[in-house]
Parts: sequence; C-alpha cells; structure tokens
Amino acid sequence: MKRFFKLPAADIIFALISFSAAFTILTLIFSTILVLYNESSLAIHKFGLLNFIFTVDWDPVREVFGAAASLYGTLVTTILALSIAIPVSIGIAIFLTEISPHLLRTPIGIAIEMLAAIPSIIYGMWGLFTLAPIMADYIEPALQRIFGDIPIIGKLFEGTPMGVDLLTASIILSIMITPFIASISRDSFNLTPDIVKESAYALGATKWEVIRDIVIPYSKLGVYGGIVLALGRALGETMAVAFVLGNKHQITPSLLDAAATITVTLANEFTEADSDIYLSSLFYLALILFLLSFTVLAIAKFFLLKAEKHYQR
Amino acid sequence: MRKITAGVLTAGFLTVAVAGDTINGAGATFPYPVYAAWAYKYYKETGIKLNYQSIGSGGGIRQIKNRTVDFGASDAPLKPEKLEEYKLYQFPAIIGGVVPVVNIPGLKAGQLRLDADTLCHIYLGDIKYWDNEKIKKLNPDLKLPHKDIKVVHRSDGSGTTAIFTNYLAQVCPDWKNKVGAGKAVKWPVGIGGKGNEGVANYVKRLRYSIGYVEFAYAKQNRLKYTLLKNQAGEFVPPSIETFKAAGATADFDPKKHFYLWMVNAPGKKAWPIAGASFILEAREKKDINKKVNKFFKWAFEHGDEIAIRLDYVPLPEELKKKIYKYWEEHGINP
Amino acid sequence: MTLVQRRKLKGYIALTLSTLAALSGLFWLVFIIFDVLRHGITALNLDLFLEDPAPPGIPEGGLRNAFVGQLLITSVATLIGVPLGVLGGTFIAEYARGTKFARLISILSDIMVSVPSIVVGTFIYAILVKPFGHFSGWAGAAALAFIMIPVVLRTTEDMLKLVPWTLREAAFALGASYFRVIKDIAYRAAATGILTGIILAIARVAGETAPLLFTSFNNSYFTLNMNEPMASLTVTIFNYAMGPYEDWHEKAWAAAFVITVVILVVTVVTRSIIHWRYKN
Repeated sequence: MKRFFKLPAADIIFALISFSAAFTILTLIFSTILVLYNESSLAIHKFGLLNFIFTVDWDPVREVFGAAASLYGTLVTTILALSIAIPVSIGIAIFLTEISPHLLRTPIGIAIEMLAAIPSIIYGMWGLFTLAPIMADYIEPALQRIFGDIPIIGKLFEGTPMGVDLLTASIILSIMITPFIASISRDSFNLTPDIVKESAYALGATKWEVIRDIVIPYSKLGVYGGIVLALGRALGETMAVAFVLGNKHQITPSLLDAAATITVTLANEFTEADSDIYLSSLFYLALILFLLSFTVLAIAKFFLLKAEKHYQR
Repeated sequence: MRKITAGVLTAGFLTVAVAGDTINGAGATFPYPVYAAWAYKYYKETGIKLNYQSIGSGGGIRQIKNRTVDFGASDAPLKPEKLEEYKLYQFPAIIGGVVPVVNIPGLKAGQLRLDADTLCHIYLGDIKYWDNEKIKKLNPDLKLPHKDIKVVHRSDGSGTTAIFTNYLAQVCPDWKNKVGAGKAVKWPVGIGGKGNEGVANYVKRLRYSIGYVEFAYAKQNRLKYTLLKNQAGEFVPPSIETFKAAGATADFDPKKHFYLWMVNAPGKKAWPIAGASFILEAREKKDINKKVNKFFKWAFEHGDEIAIRLDYVPLPEELKKKIYKYWEEHGINP
Repeated sequence: MTLVQRRKLKGYIALTLSTLAALSGLFWLVFIIFDVLRHGITALNLDLFLEDPAPPGIPEGGLRNAFVGQLLITSVATLIGVPLGVLGGTFIAEYARGTKFARLISILSDIMVSVPSIVVGTFIYAILVKPFGHFSGWAGAAALAFIMIPVVLRTTEDMLKLVPWTLREAAFALGASYFRVIKDIAYRAAATGILTGIILAIARVAGETAPLLFTSFNNSYFTLNMNEPMASLTVTIFNYAMGPYEDWHEKAWAAAFVITVVILVVTVVTRSIIHWRYKN
C-alpha cells in the first residue's frame, strides 16, 4: 500500500480508474441480488421459500403463485437437452481431434462455433416455422406409434402432437448448447499429451480404445466443466424456447405437452403483470433463476479450474 | 451572431417539438389493428406519433398504473373502486367481437356451428374430438373428422380472455365453478399464445385447432370463424351487424366510468361475445390526457370508416357524446 | 469372432457414430442457415431499410426504425461496456496480477458471462425503467452493457496475459511508469486480441433479445431519442414472428437473415484473426 503512493500521479489515477472498472463486476453481482430480492420481497413474505418452490398454481386471478411449474419446465428441457447434446458433442469432439483429416479440422471447428454464434432468437424462429411442423406432422406421431403402448414410457408421449411442446423445445436447446460442450471437450482432448497416447498405441490399443481409456479419462474435468457450463447456459435460455414451448403453467409427464420455463414465463408475462404481487412473484422467479444459474456456473468454473491445474502438471 | 441564435432556437424548437410529438400507449391486442391504422393516418395528417404496443390488457393496466405510458388500453374494464384506487379515468374507444376460430381442413369460415355448451366443454377438455356427439348434433351436414381438438388460449394477461371467459362463466355453470373469469385464468387444457397475434398464429399453423381471437385478426389472417348460438337461440355469424346488435342493448354509464360487459347480449341478431375496448388515463396527468384525448376525438370524428373496414364497430353517436361530456367534467377535454 | 476383431468392430462403430455426430452438427448448421437464407432473401429489399412499419395487415413499410434502433442501442452499450471491460481487465492483468482479488474478479466475470440475459433485463427494469416511469433506449443499452462488461473484461485479461512479461521488464528497465508500460507496450502488443475480443462481445450482444424486452421495449416509429422506448431488430423479430400476419413473417425472416449474416461473418472473421495471430 505504501509503495502505491510512491507511484507517479498517472499511475495512481489510472490504477484507481481501472480498479473501479474491475470492481463493477462485484457491484453488478451484488446489486442484482439486492435489487431482485427487494422487488421479490412482497412475494417472499406472502409465499415463503419452500411453499413457493413447490406450489404448482400460477393463478393471476386468485393471486396464488408458485414456481413449481416453471421450475419443472426449466429442469426438464435442460436435462433432456443435455441428454441429447452430451453424446453428440463428445462425438463431435472425438471426430475433430482423432478422426478428421487435419485440413478439415479448422473449417469444421469454425462451423461448430458458428452454431454458437447464431442468435438464440433465430433458433426460436426456425424452431417455430420449420422444426415444429416437422415434429407435429412426422416425428411426434411416429414416436407415439412406437412408444405409445409401452406402459411407463408411453406416458411420455401422450397427448395431441402439436409440435409446440417440451420435446421440440428440448431439441432446439440441445442444438444450441452442443457447440459449448463440443469445443471445450475438443480443447480438453487436445491437451492429452501425445506421449501417453503413443504408449497406449504401442501396447496395441485401437484408436477407439485410446480415446475411451486414455483421452476421455484424462480430459474428464474439462469435459465436466463444459457440460456444466452448457447446463448453466441452458437454464438461462429464453428466446430459443419461447416460441416452441406453448407457455402453459403445468407439470405434465408427457413430453408432447406444452409447459413453461422460468425464462419464458418472464418473457411472456413481465410487461403484463398487473398486480403488485404478480410482478413481485415474477421477480422472485428471476431471483431464483439467477441464484440457480450462478451456482451451476460456479460449479462449472470449479471443474474447469481443476482441469487447468491438472493439465499444468 | 444572429444566424447562430436562429440556429440554436430552431434546434431547440425542433427538439422540443420532436420530443413532445409522441404519445406512448400500451395494452390490449384486441383493438391493436384499428389503433395502429388510426395512428398511421393521424401521423400523416398531424405529424404526431402514437406509439401503441400491443402487450395485452393486463400489461396496459399495469403500465398505466405505474405511469410508464401515457395511456393504457384494456378490454376488461376496471370497476369504479379500482379506478379510484389507481386514480384512473376510463372510457370506451371501440367495439368489437371475440370469435372462436378453427382450423379444420376442408371446412370454410362460417360453416361450423357451436353453442355455449360445446364451446365451454371444449375449453374444459371434456369434449376431446371434433366428431363428438354434441358437435355433430349442431352440425348435421358437416363431415367432422375423428381428430383431437387442439385447444389454443392466451398465455398473457388478456382483456380478450376476460371477455371470452366472462361469456363462458355467464352461460356455462361448469366453467364458472371450475375456472372462472378473468384476464388470465387457469386453463384446463391447451397451449398459450401471446396476444391475439400469438393465438391467431398457432391456430393458423396447427391443424384441428381451435382458438379465440378478435374478429379483425380472424379476417386479416383468413382464419375460419364459427357461428355461435346466442341468447335468443339464433346461430349468428360474427359481423358488424351482429356486433352492433350486441351493442344496441348496452347502457354505458359515465358515472360508473363506463364499466360494462357486453357478453351474452339479448337480441335476435346479437353476437354473444362482443365487447368494448377501453382507454385508461392517469388522473393527475391532465396535459398528457388532453393530448391523448385529442387523438381519440380525431378518431371518433374521422376514424369510423377505417374501423368499419377493419370489422370493428365504431361507438354509437350517443356514446361518443357521453364521452365528450365525461372529458369535460373531468377537465381533460382536448 | 476373435477378440481383436471384436475390439476393432467396436472401434469402427464408435468412430462411425462420432463421425455421424459431427455430420449431424454440421447438418443442423447448414439446415438452419439455409432456411434463414431461403426465407429471408425473398423479403430482402431496399424498403426494409428505408421505410418505417405500416399498420398490421398492410404489406408495405419496412424496419428502418428497428435497424437504426439496434445500431443506436448497441453503440451506446459498447460505449459504456467496452471501457469498463477493458479497464477492468487491465487492472486484474496488470496492477493486481497474481492477487486474490484478481482471481476473484476473473472467476466472477466468467460466471457473469453466462448468466441468463433475461434476468439482466428484470434488474435493469427495476433500476432504470420503474423509477423513471418509462422505457428507454438508455435502459436497453445499459442491459446490453451489463452483459458486455464481463465478456470484454475476460478477453482483455487473457490477451494482456499473453504478452510476455519480458517486454514489460524492458520498458521498466528504461524507467517507465507502469501506466506508460501498459499504454505503450502491453496494449500495443495485445491490441489485435483486445480488439477482436471487443468485436466478439459486440456480435454477442447485437443478437440479444431478452434483455431488451422490458428495457428499450419497442416503438412503431423511427426515433433517435434514447429517452423514448426504442425499436430493436431482435425484439421486432420476436413480435413479428409470433404474430399471424404473413408480411410480418417475411420481414422477420429478412431481419433474421441480416442479423445472422452480419454476426456470423463478424464472428468467423475475428476468430480466424485470433487463430492466425496467436497460433501457438
């Protein structure tokens, strides 16, 4: 600190300015939490925490609000999107690092990153105009035919296939988060030291065995980080899902049913909530989402940091 | 020196003129087509912009409550007590009709007949297929497919929903007990579209669907509207005549700030789901209200043809006079 | 089948699946871009940029107000977000390098990069819309700036850290103050990287819709006044695509086409520059 004041004036000023700039990150985070909490206090006092999380009702007429339906939609779309995206992304990463000819690696890598750059509203529009009709007319009826009569799984495909439902939303979400998992996994795979791989080859391992038993375990942490990061992104995704989810506050076992997520509820209802408790409940949802994604992203960062340390050994 | 002063003054004048020349309104999607058409012409004639965002009646009420807009628009009128509480003025601007629209391949507009009972139970989820007995009974000549009825309703806070559910609650005890009426209700079945636009969009895209929209949306998007059985027992189509017939028995009372539901109107030719759309203004903003009312006076005097062209019913002359008097009494005459 | 044959077979299957996965990724990309192109190019005409919107149902008019609004809001957001991000990144990469504070800010920024943008919208609504009583272009710009700051901060930090410390030592040895070292040595060396980081942040923010929904809101008219609600391309696409009018859909596709092409080109070009410049 003493050393600080021996610095020339320009340094002191610049250091102070840039310090304040860096400090804004802290300001932003804390003020967001504070402001959101302040705005939701009405709802928090009326509904409490556990009660709010587990109430399914979202009834503006009777002024009873609960997060359960929105949370359900958020979780289902996210988990389903991840289930689809993870194997596909790992496959892409494997392709890029081990299978693809060197010349193609950069172009295909750029192509995958382009998927990440497409604005989410484009995904939403495309989902509504192109994917939803295909789902409604071909894919969902087919799924119903195949799985409809199987006792438990059949419940997943009940109802009228409208194309505007949890399944379509999850598929679009999975396409959106694939590039995140794929590029982080690819980077992690690339960090596997060649010498370890060569040792395995020298022992007679096939390419796939090297990938499965050497590369993937070695890059575990990075891949986990990528997956959790994608999870965090998926939780907060709004526009891609808003068009094709159907906006219905309900908890339904069927993937062919409309549902709601926190983000879509906010997008649809925020400017229209006409009572104070309604608006406060929406802020409450926003607060929950913020804390939830913050936690998930912190976990992702934790994995990625551990991976960094691991590779620097 | 004089040139500079002149320049500064002109710039100042222009900034003020430009800055003061926008009226911001938000609310019901029900009257959006006609407000937008009026605003377009008004801008051409006066240079004053009316920026209306159709976000649903719930949104309109909320925005004017918070004074984040110059006026709010709602198809669900607020009760006088609420108007006192929020310190708002209220008056109707236009009359229209909410019509059920369907998307059944092969069926044309105005072919399908529904009544209170069938409409109510479709939306309750009790009637699941298009070839249900009750629907077949009303339509003996039509070939109805054995397909699921895809129900579409509103996802946002909507005056159109309020009009629609008010009607269902009045004519269908099951609806009244299970769901009730309001701008946003707990829909038993169906998917939610955002705004009249969203519902129209879904019905257009989903085959075998049913939705409810303001008539202008049905016409403009060539949606297939149905006939409805009214209180007098007649099957009537939605049209200016039937909306007007519904309005003929409406008695708007300025002392109650024009609070009135027009649904289930008596009258042989009355459309059963008609309603007025209302304008809400903040009481303390006298100058803004005068600007807003200047627009609506212009619309009342010059906008009737536009409204009719878009299949809305302009307010009857007596009602307009009541509104002018209401403005005078509250000091918000343009 | 011998053990070796079985192992090889498993390998072929797994690697084929991986290739299929990559192809499917490419397939979606091509499908989506092709669709946007196909729908958008038909509605693309000069009027789209020169005219303001007409009332619904009338198939004329354009999206001039949305294009201009998007540019304005993004520019103001950049003016706010970039200096804060660059300066913040500079602080933690230089003055505070190695400290716990720097680590904390870096980690928190990384997290903030991926925070739900709609929550940012609600926050800004609470502090910049409600108290002032109206939506505004400023609020929209603030929301976008909120998202930009952590992105720019992190890329600046990374780029500055890539500059070898020896370069700075040489300047210190000549008696320069840290400020001079940063200004004349570190920034110069990292310029390309920092700039591309800024451009990528702008591209990211230019495609955002959710934060604008209840901050800059929307405006059917052309306006340059940031105090008013302002139209933006992304929100307009949202409204038009959700609506039922065919001409709205066409315009939405055209706008989507323009935004997609611009953002993709910018992203690919800047990423290629980074690859080429920092290929190690």
